[in-house]
Amino acid sequence: MAVIENQVPIQLTVSDLSIRFGGIHALNAVSLAVREGEIYSIIGPNGAGKTTLFNCISGIYLAQEGSIQFNGLDITGMKPHRIAQMGIARAFQNIELFRGMTVLDNLMSARGHAMRYGLFSAAVFIGKCLQEEVRCRDEVEEIIEFLDLQNLRKSPVGSLSYGLQKRVELGRALAMRPKLLLVDEPVSGMNLEETEDMARYMLDINEEMNITIILVEHEMGVVMDLSDRVTVLNFGTKIAEGSPQEISKDPQVISAYLGETQQLSS
Amino acid sequence: MGSSFKVNYKEDMALFQNLWVKTWLVILILLMIILPFFLNRYQLSILNEMGIATIGALGLNLLIGYTGQISLGHGAFVAIGAYTSGLLTGKLGIPFIISLPLSGLMAALLGLIVGIPSLRLKGLYLALGTLAFGFVIEYILFHWDLTQGDLGMAVKRISLGQFQIKTQKQYFYLIAAFAFLAVLCAKNLVRSKIGRSFIAIRDRDIAAEAMGISLAKYKIMAFGLSSFYAGIAGCLAAHYNRWIVPGSFDISLSIAYIAMIIMGGLGTVLGSVLGAILITGIPHAIVYIVDLLKDTYPALSGFIVDFKLGIFGIIIVGTLLFEPAGLYGIYRRTKVYWKTWPFKY
Ligand SMILES: Nc1ncnc2c1ncn2[C@@H]1O[C@H](COP(=O)(O)OP(=O)(O)OP(=O)(O)O)[C@@H](O)[C@H]1O
Ligand SMILES: [Mg+2]
Repeated sequence: MAVIENQVPIQLTVSDLSIRFGGIHALNAVSLAVREGEIYSIIGPNGAGKTTLFNCISGIYLAQEGSIQFNGLDITGMKPHRIAQMGIARAFQNIELFRGMTVLDNLMSARGHAMRYGLFSAAVFIGKCLQEEVRCRDEVEEIIEFLDLQNLRKSPVGSLSYGLQKRVELGRALAMRPKLLLVDEPVSGMNLEETEDMARYMLDINEEMNITIILVEHEMGVVMDLSDRVTVLNFGTKIAEGSPQEISKDPQVISAYLGETQQLSS
Repeated sequence: MGSSFKVNYKEDMALFQNLWVKTWLVILILLMIILPFFLNRYQLSILNEMGIATIGALGLNLLIGYTGQISLGHGAFVAIGAYTSGLLTGKLGIPFIISLPLSGLMAALLGLIVGIPSLRLKGLYLALGTLAFGFVIEYILFHWDLTQGDLGMAVKRISLGQFQIKTQKQYFYLIAAFAFLAVLCAKNLVRSKIGRSFIAIRDRDIAAEAMGISLAKYKIMAFGLSSFYAGIAGCLAAHYNRWIVPGSFDISLSIAYIAMIIMGGLGTVLGSVLGAILITGIPHAIVYIVDLLKDTYPALSGFIVDFKLGIFGIIIVGTLLFEPAGLYGIYRRTKVYWKTWPFKY
């Protein structure tokens, strides 16, 4: 992928994004450009503003300054559901699944905007409605198979282990068939095996489904292995950007992570 | 449990999944058809009330149970349905067949308008907003000359062509058919993308938005649907009772509907039905018991009227405390128990 680096078009551009909460500069003039098809990681200590950046991209927060472009279109200030429908999906840091639903319905719920039928059709559940439901079920089943969730289809998500819930969270985002996937700490709190599975999924999503991934993760092993490029945030400010190797040698990054240097070098 | 692999998703999505369920459905329908021949008029009148309440409760459950939008104004939408049909058939001579959908649509239209503040108001504030709406409607019905306020308004009989609905038995078939239809549509709606969007909004509104679900569209749709059901219930109630006064659609009706869905089970179709049956049945049961005891304790009979709301209040609190999943929760547990019996673990 790195070979044709410069010809690959930019998919997401964040320009001079700033947002404050009271006195806190959660983001301070952050700019970055993510290329189509890459795995782009954002790292930084706790409270650096990583999740806030995701919230700005998906329209949940409105930045006070700056703008965001997706495929050349300005999406700043757009409603979250519009942004999602344009192809930006999101897997949340703290599990935000719909607890009253099964695994299958959680995934199906993310496919709703792709189903074209109305209220009356839904009330009788024949014709257009049935046709569209079956079509989307087919599409969702592919993801269920991909993530090995076949046996859990009809389980309520609340009954699943933390690791599995994280996987469903990813599945729900994938069910949107996004062009860009924002993944917030997918392996936090997971054991080694689950972490390896998750890393494998990310690679497959990126390579086989051709989905661009922006990854926020504290687990440096995963970041180093997966990322094409990495950006480092500290107190809302971007302090470095580059390949994983460049980043791990950057003195500013090392000092930002002072307490966490062991983690970085391991 | 039924883990047989289903090749065809259509089959997996079917409403009535197997022969067992279909058999029960046929038995239920047959039972409904022959039931009126074994019941007296009073007993049928109770069933008719239950049928109407079922329709209203389904509507409220779509809003509160499925979408998580609290409303204390459901009674007002029932009133809108009742008065719309009362006025359309009475003053304009429009036939019931047309006034029925129109009363649902009228209620739905006002529901859509009431739904708009729900985009900004949540929880308690939304509850207060809908409560206020209920008072406004009550005020209008009391003071508008056309509705004759306190005096009440007579409502025409239902006529379908030449045929007039007169007896409790005829009402039973009509109301049962509409209640059945209402259940069926609700079942379909909640398993469609609409129902999933409602639940998504209830469970995690921010995640729902991030999954491409428009909060505005679905919240307002929930209000519209819920009010449509209420309007239909109101229309049927008006023509069934043939006399409407604003007082019968006040806050206590809204509370009764809330009691139904909480007792039956929030966010379930079956729960709406069970709740409607029980909450409608309770006052009759009380009357029955008081009747039995009235010779021994004559003071009881004065008590009874004020007692009803208190009982509903106790039911709401009691259910929330001891069985938050309501009757549906009990049903689910019993079902699992029988399925796994005698292998208990
Ligand atoms: N809605 C909000 N209201 C007030 N402050 C907020 C809000 N959202 C984020 N912040 C603040 O912004 C800063 C950045 O938070 P953010 O969640 O983006 O950090 P993060 O990099 O994701 O951290 P972590 O690694 O712990 O997840 C923090 O100081 C946080 O307290
Ligand atoms: Mg975070």
